Amino acid sequence: MNFDFSDELKQLRDLARRFLAEHSSPSVVRSVLEGRDTYAADLWRAMAEMGWLGAAIPEQYGGAGLGYEGLCVLAEEIGRALAPVPFASSAYLASEAILLAGSETQKGRLLPMFADGSTIGCFALAEGSGNPHSGAVHARCVGGRLTGSKWPVTDGSIADLAVVVARDEAGEIALYVADLTASNVSRRSLSTVDPSRDHARIDFAGADVERLSGEAGWPMVLRLLERAAVLMAFEQVGGADASLEMARNYALERYAFGRPIGSFQAIKHKLADVYVATELARSNAFYGAWALSADAAELSLAAATARVSAIEAFHLASKENIQTHGGIGFTWDTDCHLYYRRSKQLALTLGSAPWWKDRLVQLLEMRNAG
Amino acid sequence: MDFNDTPEEAKFRAEARAFLAANAEPKGRARPVLRGGLDVEAVKRCKSWQAKKADAGFAGITWPKRFGGREASAIFHVIYLQEEDNYAVPRGLFEIGLGMCIPTMMAYADGEQLDRYVRPALRGEEVWCQLFSEPAGGSDLAALRTRAERDGDDWIINGQKIWTSGAHLSDFGIIVVRTDPNVPKHEGLTFFFLDMKSPGIEIRPIHQMSGASHFNEVFFTDVRVPDAQRLGAVGQGWKVSLTTLMNERLAVGEVHRPDVEDLVELARSLVVDGASAIRNAAVRERIAEWYARTQGLTFTRFRTMTALSRGQTPGPENSIHKLVNASKLQDIASYGLDLMGAAGLVMDDDLALYYAMFQQALLSSPSGRIAGGSDEILRNIIAERVLGLPADIRVDKNKPFNQVPTGPR
Repeated sequence: MNFDFSDELKQLRDLARRFLAEHSSPSVVRSVLEGRDTYAADLWRAMAEMGWLGAAIPEQYGGAGLGYEGLCVLAEEIGRALAPVPFASSAYLASEAILLAGSETQKGRLLPMFADGSTIGCFALAEGSGNPHSGAVHARCVGGRLTGSKWPVTDGSIADLAVVVARDEAGEIALYVADLTASNVSRRSLSTVDPSRDHARIDFAGADVERLSGEAGWPMVLRLLERAAVLMAFEQVGGADASLEMARNYALERYAFGRPIGSFQAIKHKLADVYVATELARSNAFYGAWALSADAAELSLAAATARVSAIEAFHLASKENIQTHGGIGFTWDTDCHLYYRRSKQLALTLGSAPWWKDRLVQLLEMRNAG
Repeated sequence: MDFNDTPEEAKFRAEARAFLAANAEPKGRARPVLRGGLDVEAVKRCKSWQAKKADAGFAGITWPKRFGGREASAIFHVIYLQEEDNYAVPRGLFEIGLGMCIPTMMAYADGEQLDRYVRPALRGEEVWCQLFSEPAGGSDLAALRTRAERDGDDWIINGQKIWTSGAHLSDFGIIVVRTDPNVPKHEGLTFFFLDMKSPGIEIRPIHQMSGASHFNEVFFTDVRVPDAQRLGAVGQGWKVSLTTLMNERLAVGEVHRPDVEDLVELARSLVVDGASAIRNAAVRERIAEWYARTQGLTFTRFRTMTALSRGQTPGPENSIHKLVNASKLQDIASYGLDLMGAAGLVMDDDLALYYAMFQQALLSSPSGRIAGGSDEILRNIIAERVLGLPADIRVDKNKPFNQVPTGPR
């Protein structure tokens, strides 16, 4: 049994944790939250230089070739530090879409730009309310020109390129690469529950786009969501862990009724439950990491399971962190709300919990039938 | 990252599989084996299986060779249990003796005693029980009141123990008693082993809310125990008890029924408002949540096995398994009955779905959240020993035991 990351990846994790503690400190997160920056550009450049953006991109396309386990390790630390950068959009979604659905030429041209950070990618699927559904995709590409509205698109106003889910002339779902700075594309930043991450509405009014010429169709979109769900589960586990640590530290230093509040069972048992949820989520994320990096048949179910656990754990950890802090936890200046906001941001992109739970049971039914 | 055994582990697993295939019946999923009390025949089956297992070298896997063990690391014990769980082998008689009593003996008994007691226990010839809990000392074990007084080379024990599994089937027991009520509670305890056939011991089964009787009350009236059977110094009984409790059972992934797969089956077979219950969104959400929790425990166990395989010792984080499983079992049982509607009440064999497994689990599952460390104690363990939060404030800690307030009874 070797169900753990290698020593090399643990070293990478430690290095990432130290680096992010310094370069993605709460004040960096707040500069985006409070609108002084749209994302942490210095941090982004440093991450590119360290090869993180292309961690899972093969070396032939300019990546670091660390593999998916490497990307998972980085994702956990990025989640822990609430890094206000378009990492998930660019590395888990846009780059992955091109790896999965792009032609050799498209991979050779686009991936090096994502890997070196010179180009920021995003993924445009949603068209307003509702969870991922092929019937909800109305954007359409006719003669290489895309028309439709996508919102919310995470990192949509800071990205250079978007991978857009739309219908082709025949009405089939396909993936398109759109230059967001081109004409006939208009963008507006959206205010959201988590302003530490950028979100936009993007309107395409006959914009020139390029179709990813490999595999297409709704199953491809689902594959992309699954793979991203595993990586995002690591971000969520990192965030849950950080929330728990913050609550635990406060419970030790805050005194009430003549004793540390962490000596009251009301607090101890609450935090024990947070620990349990976080460990279950971590273990399920590990299994997702294995399935992703082995490209195993179990990936679909593993991803749904990891996502369901991770959403629950981060939500619980971030809300109970506020509760443990009491009134001070409800103030703007205390960092509790940064985790609480991010937990919901991560829970709502890629499809929310009810959708993934339904999908998990679908996959169980398929497995039992097969 | 992979799920593969090391070559040495794979070799051992193959040996274990061959032994089990040749000597035991595979366990089907169809009808779960329900844990009833052990009757005379079941005790015989347990004993003969244990002897076979010990002779083949699959009992006492981590124990010294001197006592018939393999001196192998804990990962091999876990591998054997994983394999054994695929077979319907007789269980329930030796877990406490071999898991807790004998390891305590090995830490404190003298060489002659070990030569006398360890091998017969390993081969299942002699059964051991653990006499810890009392009416006045459950989660607060150190509040126990059973007394032992010195009389020459003997001690004389008076009092009562409770929740003793298998006391009526046991040949020997380990016991912790109060030898000095004038000092604070942890300091006045002493630890012994004794012959369960000693004069003055009376054993009464406890009739549980589930209707079954797995546990006993054990009454002591002037029971004589030689001082030579003391384990540890006089007044050091608490320390010895901790040795016993440290041998926390490793999580081996024993499946409790009904599990989430049973719930999926039930939901598929039940028709609610003209459609299969599994089409209902609320039902699907619950199934997904329990499935995620079940998988989370499975992979937490794999992480623990990885640590064991690398020679690390599992710590208090292992409390997570019982804490999650016990509530999950109770909740799945209750929800399964909800899906059945009024028919969920019925336990008649010819009418109840799935052999009344959900109904029986409803009635037996409360014990899982109490026995072997209650949910509350396990949360304390996680909070204190994993998260490093302060221990509870103990108002009785430094008071002589006979001045500690007690309830009206």
